[in-house]
Amino acid sequence: MSMNVVILLYLIASVCFIQALKGLSHPTTSRLGNTFGMVGMAIAVATTVALIIKLAGETVGNGLLYVVVGIAVGGTIGTILAKRVQMTKMPELVAFMHSMIGLAAVFIAVAAVAEPTALGIQLIDRQIPFGNRLELFIGTFVGAITFSGSVIAFGKLSGRYKFRLFQGAPVVFRGQQLFNLIMAIAMIGCGLWFVATQAWLPFILMAAIAFVMGVLIIIPIGGADMPVVVSMLNSYSGWAAAGIGFSLNNSMLIISGSLVGSSGAILSYIMCKAMNRSFFSVILGGFGAEEGTTVDGGEQRPVKSGSADDAAFLLSNSDSVIIVPGYGLAVARAQHAVKEMADKLIASGIEVRYAVHPVAGRMPGHMNVLLAEAEVPYEQVFEMDGINSEFGQTDVVFVLGANDVVNPAARTPGSPIHGMPILEAFKARNVIVNKRSMATGYAGLDNELFYMDKTMMVFGDAKKVVENIVKAID
Amino acid sequence: MEAISPTIFNVIIFVLAIYVGYHVVWNVTPALHTPLMSVTNAISAIVIVGAMLAAALTETTIGKVMGVSAVALASVNVFGGFLVTRRMLEMFRKKEPRKPGSTKQGAPK
Repeated sequence: MSMNVVILLYLIASVCFIQALKGLSHPTTSRLGNTFGMVGMAIAVATTVALIIKLAGETVGNGLLYVVVGIAVGGTIGTILAKRVQMTKMPELVAFMHSMIGLAAVFIAVAAVAEPTALGIQLIDRQIPFGNRLELFIGTFVGAITFSGSVIAFGKLSGRYKFRLFQGAPVVFRGQQLFNLIMAIAMIGCGLWFVATQAWLPFILMAAIAFVMGVLIIIPIGGADMPVVVSMLNSYSGWAAAGIGFSLNNSMLIISGSLVGSSGAILSYIMCKAMNRSFFSVILGGFGAEEGTTVDGGEQRPVKSGSADDAAFLLSNSDSVIIVPGYGLAVARAQHAVKEMADKLIASGIEVRYAVHPVAGRMPGHMNVLLAEAEVPYEQVFEMDGINSEFGQTDVVFVLGANDVVNPAARTPGSPIHGMPILEAFKARNVIVNKRSMATGYAGLDNELFYMDKTMMVFGDAKKVVENIVKAID
Repeated sequence: MEAISPTIFNVIIFVLAIYVGYHVVWNVTPALHTPLMSVTNAISAIVIVGAMLAAALTETTIGKVMGVSAVALASVNVFGGFLVTRRMLEMFRKKEPRKPGSTKQGAPK
């Protein structure tokens, strides 16, 4: 197989990847798109095997054996993860997978520095060309930051670990930004030293500092900003792949990496916009102390609280219901119970719709996947812009484990979340809010919605509450 | 005329690919943002191509170890990314006869 054929096959694979993303513009075309992605990957891998056979000569069997072992191990792990993961745990899985790409990029760069010719880098005077060295430096540090940043993000998302850095609350210390700046300068210094000399010492130092930087970048970011962080790391993993593509002079890697990089960047932008926060204020962090700090001190204001039976009565005597799911629904894994409740209501002629805020949950589109898992037809699920005008004509809005995304304070000038687009639940005739307690949301703000006359609070675990409502409707 | 450095061609590809990515991703429906992230995870695993070359063609121990590890890490994403995306997209398929909770994949144990 000539090199030209290899490159053309790589081009076909790249086009398949573009098709994979294009398919996601609608649920009906998305599965075909995913198949395109798989075909593209299969073409890329098969072509590379052919390339290895062409280049390796005598030792080819041995070399391919290593490849097969690697794919078998990684493929098994990946398959098991994909089959077993719960939909509520998708953010963790995605963060974990970002870290895989980051680390793989670093390993490839190390291999490329150790044996450049094996990876197709043409040497000049037995040295890696200047341009490739620069690209290796960039690929390595982006990969290293992606890896360690994603590990921290994974810990924060899973929330199961005692380790301080893995907790949702931001880690902030004095002079943090100055310290980060010094680290960044040191890293770039070592990188340039490597570019100038091609020595191992600066390369290792640079990679080590980059790993630490990844940790430092993510720790000051609070739990509420995780959708931005996950999207941002998504973007980084793409740039890392593109960086490796530059070093290896492989256009397919550059194309795929750029697609992923721009995808992550757009998602970060959408998430920031949905929280009305600038990208830089998220990155600099320190926002959203911790979930569940009950506002103590100040006035204790009365709320109207009710039981599941009261909620069931209200719901079954309405004509239209909008359900607003939030992170609380994911934590309680209440999606199936919610679907069951909605089915009951629909069966008695009540219109049921779902309103999803862009930052509900811990990653973009988190709620949509949970609702889809519970087999909620996607025609019933609406984005914020599509449903906000409907709240005024709705009998009951049922807020399940969401808080800041329905907080009318976003319309009050001077509020910390002023300007954040919200779901206008407060316009409905009746509001039922399910929460575990009166704790504030991530923004640490009291929610005016909870104190309104038309609002009934139903405290408790989302799943239990909804199950009780289902029983009570019967 | 002097020869154009291959890096320049790479930059051209890079810029155009970002442009394509920008336009394609803005058309993705927000409901599918999670599958978008998992499929991009799988696509960025394209670094497996570099990893395979490293695993197969290097001769030193460090090259081999790095190569094989990178192949393994990237394959986690190749398989995990595409399969979990498919699993999610199956859920977005239109259901005909509705039986509540009949196909709970990966239901909590």
